[in-house]
Amino acid sequence: MNKASSLLVATLLGLGINQAHAARDNIQIVGSSTVYPFSTVVAEHFGKGTGFKTPKVEATGSGGGFKLFCSGIGVDYPDITNSSRAIKPSEIENCASNGVKDIVEVKIGYDGIALANSNQVPVMHLSLKDIFLALAKQVPDPAGAEKLVANPYRTWKQVNGSLPDTAIEVLGPPPTSGTRDAFVELAMDGGCNSFDWIKAMEKTAKQAYEATCQTIREDGAFIEAGENDNLIVQKLEANPKAIGIFGYSYLEQNSDRIQGSIIDGVEPGFETIASGEYSVSRPLLFYVKKAHVGSIPGIAEYLAEFTSEKAWGEDGYLSDKGLIPMPDAERKQVAADVKALKTM
Amino acid sequence: MDNRTIDLMQKRLRRRYARETRFQWYGRISIAIALIFLMFLFVNIFSKGYSAFQQSAIMLTVNLDESEFPQDRKDPGAMMAVDYGGLIKQSLYRQFPEVTERKDKRALFQLISPGAVYALRDQVAANPDSIGNSIDVWLPANDDVDMYIKHVADQADATAMRLSEQQVVWIEKLRTDQRLEKKFNRIFFTSGDSREPELAGIRGALTGSFLTLVVTLLLSFPIGVGAAIYLEEFAPKNRWTDLVEVNVNNLAAVPSIIFGLLGLAVFINFFGVPRSAPLVGGLVLTLMTLPTIIISSRAVIKAVPPSIREAALGVGASHVQTVFSHVVPLALPGMLTGTIIGMGRALGETAPLLMIGMVAFVVDVPTSFTDSSTALPVQIYLWADSPERGFEERTSAAIMVLLGFLVVMNAAAVYLRKRFEHKW
Repeated sequence: MNKASSLLVATLLGLGINQAHAARDNIQIVGSSTVYPFSTVVAEHFGKGTGFKTPKVEATGSGGGFKLFCSGIGVDYPDITNSSRAIKPSEIENCASNGVKDIVEVKIGYDGIALANSNQVPVMHLSLKDIFLALAKQVPDPAGAEKLVANPYRTWKQVNGSLPDTAIEVLGPPPTSGTRDAFVELAMDGGCNSFDWIKAMEKTAKQAYEATCQTIREDGAFIEAGENDNLIVQKLEANPKAIGIFGYSYLEQNSDRIQGSIIDGVEPGFETIASGEYSVSRPLLFYVKKAHVGSIPGIAEYLAEFTSEKAWGEDGYLSDKGLIPMPDAERKQVAADVKALKTM
Repeated sequence: MDNRTIDLMQKRLRRRYARETRFQWYGRISIAIALIFLMFLFVNIFSKGYSAFQQSAIMLTVNLDESEFPQDRKDPGAMMAVDYGGLIKQSLYRQFPEVTERKDKRALFQLISPGAVYALRDQVAANPDSIGNSIDVWLPANDDVDMYIKHVADQADATAMRLSEQQVVWIEKLRTDQRLEKKFNRIFFTSGDSREPELAGIRGALTGSFLTLVVTLLLSFPIGVGAAIYLEEFAPKNRWTDLVEVNVNNLAAVPSIIFGLLGLAVFINFFGVPRSAPLVGGLVLTLMTLPTIIISSRAVIKAVPPSIREAALGVGASHVQTVFSHVVPLALPGMLTGTIIGMGRALGETAPLLMIGMVAFVVDVPTSFTDSSTALPVQIYLWADSPERGFEERTSAAIMVLLGFLVVMNAAAVYLRKRFEHKW
């Protein structure tokens, strides 16, 4: 029995190894969970509309995606990585040291981060400063002195007299999430910079500046609700006093239950995010290994599908899923660069 | 005996009886609580999920105009390039001639699922003689329409459901014309994952789970039972076997994600087994189930009465003959039970699969052990995380399928045990 089973292991392993080193016939995509919903829709249309196999898409997070993407060239490594931020110089170096040199960068559009509450209560009118004061661990002394104190605010009214007198209760993503990173960078830093003396710290004491602006309070007013944005939406419905933080696509899909807060006078919406008026938004991208184009079947066609008007255009299927398209000229430029496989 | 002693004894006796009654009630209450939780879970899942087994479809009269199709009907590339979307649009516009503006046309086309194009293509491919005629086809409706049909009764304001007033008017017209109906959701059982709820199916995940479990069973049963027989019957009792025993017991308690990390390092990075494949999933889950199988198999081997062994040895059987002809057959039902319990655990695992890339969007139904695939619990997790409302009911439906799979596996275990069980 022992002999037979070890033989079986050997054959199965052998099978696996042989298969792995044979050519791979589907595209493998890794990376950001924010780009995942868009990447998967394109993959599906591509798979059904052409004769190629449907690409496999894994949501590993932007950082995890680059790590896998940069580990080498060949069928064992992914062809494309999605990202909700630009590649870092350290990641380019890591890529180069593993032989991944020619990388094509493709910007696909924008994503907004919404702060929303149940539509049973009035819409919140917030400023970035309000958000920072309500959520930071340390805030400038309310008495006016230029020093930091532990966040004393308990209700929105204490933060800003024009806001309702309800307790601050915000449901948001945990630190492992890309949405959290983007929220901290866009909203919290933005609010932080409304205090001149803290802004001045960025030059003199960068670490202290980042710690002040990017640390979220831990006294129960901010609740880490897990990576599942649907769960946050359900909790908001059950608790009309709470505010949730998540990607714009979730707001769009659940517009019958929740409403987006107006930030600095701008409502989250397609137009306002695309034009950059809505301040809490970021570009979405993906990166392709040029060396794999041609050796893995379908990459060029997948790129063509992604950069076609029916996908990422203003009336395209990606905009139905909540991607905010780039302006016409920028789309044309990126599409042309992708077609020529222009590397970074 | 004086009365006081008797009183005291009776009092004590009453207290002892009371304690027993109380204890029995504690037991009943805990069982009742457990049942209430279970009922709550089932009612919650079934009430949310049953609606996923039906799916709204719209009947359109599509005119398959000869001029739209290539001369050579055998050429798959040209047949694929036919503008089926245009054909569907034309038939919709014929259905609603009053719709003329571009914006309204777009809103009208949105009632149909984006997958309708491929559904029509497949229908034509299966039935090429229909080209040139007008045919009536049932095409999947968009998930927003589906949600409206299913939940319009319990939602006061229909426009809040992501549909415009005009779209609702169109839907009601289609309904009165009997061109919009709920049908059995065949897609759910025949296709793989999709980003459109109305096109998403469980078959890919089910096949993935099945293939993974086949690998797990083929590896873990022989290895686990072999190890158990050796350790229990043949291994000398010394410090080394003690060490092995302690380690096997400890491995059973290791969190499953550790096995995922091990699988990533050993099977994928060192042996080069393809990522996301049922093969590597099965290998990792084998590592996880082995300790369970070894421990339970050893327990049942130990439970075989010594008289059986002694009788066999007494009539001149060798040690190996005794073990394989007498001990193992008697212990087999118990071994099978242990294996099925281990398999049940493997079926429900997602954590180790995360590390080896099986938590992924895979549309094609896997056909071999090395294709990319997911597994049932992974599919549930992915759907629960999707923003579209239609996935809510599909998540519950997928849980029902997973529970069904488990029930079938457990029923098989019970049947096998009853079949082979020996009593002495």
